[in-house]
Amino acid sequence: MNFIQQGFAWIFDPVRWSGPGDIPSRILEQLGYTFGAVAIAAAIAIPLGLLIGHTGKGRDVAVALSGGLRALPSLGLLIIFALAIGIGFKAPLLAFVILAIPPVLSGAYAGVEAVDKRTVDAARAMGMTEWQVLTKVEVPLGAPLIVAGIRSGILQVVATATLAYFASGGALGVFINDGLVTRDYNELLGASILVTALALVLEGIFALLQRLIVPRGVTAGQIAEVRSRPTRSRPTVGSPIQEGK
Amino acid sequence: MNWVVNNFDLIWQLTLIQVTLAIPPIILGFIISLPLGWVANRFKLTRGVLLTVSGLLYTIPSLPLFIALPAIIGTGILDPINVVVGLTIYAVALMVRQTADALASVDPGTRQAATAMGFSGWSRFWRVEFPLSGPVLLAGIRVVSVSTVSLVSIGSVIGVTSLGYLFLNGLQRDIPGEVISGIVATLVIAIVFDLVLVFIGRLLMPWTRADRARVSKRRVREAQAEAVLS
Repeated sequence: MNFIQQGFAWIFDPVRWSGPGDIPSRILEQLGYTFGAVAIAAAIAIPLGLLIGHTGKGRDVAVALSGGLRALPSLGLLIIFALAIGIGFKAPLLAFVILAIPPVLSGAYAGVEAVDKRTVDAARAMGMTEWQVLTKVEVPLGAPLIVAGIRSGILQVVATATLAYFASGGALGVFINDGLVTRDYNELLGASILVTALALVLEGIFALLQRLIVPRGVTAGQIAEVRSRPTRSRPTVGSPIQEGK
Repeated sequence: MNWVVNNFDLIWQLTLIQVTLAIPPIILGFIISLPLGWVANRFKLTRGVLLTVSGLLYTIPSLPLFIALPAIIGTGILDPINVVVGLTIYAVALMVRQTADALASVDPGTRQAATAMGFSGWSRFWRVEFPLSGPVLLAGIRVVSVSTVSLVSIGSVIGVTSLGYLFLNGLQRDIPGEVISGIVATLVIAIVFDLVLVFIGRLLMPWTRADRARVSKRRVREAQAEAVLS
C-alpha cells in the first residue's frame, strides 16, 4: 500500500498542476479523444444501427463486423495508423473511432430490436409512418440500450486513449511513457490511478444517465426484479369445494 | 512482405508466447467465476454486490492494471504473472455476470423435477444445472477468449513480451509489415480459439444441435403457416 500512497503523492505534487503538459491538460486531451472519437463513431454507427434494427436487414453482417472488430488489438491498430498517416492527434483519433464503432453499433441495433414487436405493430396500426415508428416508438423505448452501447464505447476509448502517446498524441499516457523511460514507478502508478479514476467517473455518469433515460411509462408497469418471482408455481387446487350443495 | 518471410520464426515464437499468456486467464476465469456466479445467482444480496464489484473491476483500464498489480501482489514489474493475473481479473469480471445469467436460464421446472427425483444440491448442480446452462456459459467464454487474446499485447508496453513486441518494434523501425503481421497473428489466434471453443461446445453439448434443428423446423412450420394465412 506504500506504493499506492506514493502514487497519490505524485498526483498531488503541485508541480504537476501547472505549466505545459500538466495533469489538467493531459486529462483534457484524454477526454477530448474519448468524446471526439465516440461522437464520430456515434454519427456513423447509430443511424446504421437504427436502420439495421428497424428493417432487420444486414443484421448478420453487423454482428460479424462488430465481433471481428472486437478482436483487433488496439495497440496494433493505433500504431498502423500512426505509420500510415503520421504522428499527431489524427492517427489515434481514427483508431479510437474504429474501436468505438462495434459497441455503439450493437447497442443501437439491439436497442431497436429489443422493442416489443406488438408495440411496433400497434404504432403502425395507429397510422404512424415508418419514420414516426422509429423516432417516436423504437428510439425512446430502445434508448437505454443505445446509451449502454455509447457507454461501453466511452469506456473502451477512455482506457485506450492512454496509448495515444505512441503516435505522439499526448493524453495521460505521456506520464506512463515518462515513468517507463525514467523507471519512476511512482509516476507510473500516479498516472495509472488518474486513468482509472477517469474511467470510473465516466462509467458512473453514464450508468446514471442510462437509468434516467428510461421512459417513465416503461418503468411504471414493470416489476423491478424479474427473478424475485417464486420459482415454485402455486398449487393447483381447482375450484374450491363448496359444502351443502 | 519481405520482412514477414525473413522473420517468420520470430512471429511464430511470439505467437506461441501470446497463446501461452492467453490460455490461463480464459480457463482460470471460467473456473473462478463458477462458484461466484452461483452465489450471485442464488442470493439477491450477493447478486447486487458481486455484479457491482465485477462491473467496477471491468472498468479498470488494462495498462494501469498491469502497472498497479506489482504494487498490490508484490511481483516484479516485468513479471508475465502480472499480465496473467490482470487478464484473469477481466475474465472473472465478465464471466461472473454471464455465469449468473446462465444458471438463471435453466428452466425452473427442470430444476424442480431434478429435486423431486432426489438429486442433492451438489449433484443437481453438476448433473442438471451446469450442463443445461452450458450454451450461455459458452457464449460468455467466447467473448472472454476474444478480448483476452487481443489484450495480451498491451502487456508488451510494460515489457512483457508478446505479439505486442511486433507493434512497438515495427513503430520504432517504421516497418508497417511487422505491425500488420502482429495484427493478423492476433486475429488468427482469436479465430482458432473461437473455433476450438465452438468444437468443445459441440462435443460436450450434443443436444444443442438437436435443439437447433427442432427450432428451425418449427420456424419453417410457422413460416409456412403464415404463408398460408396471408
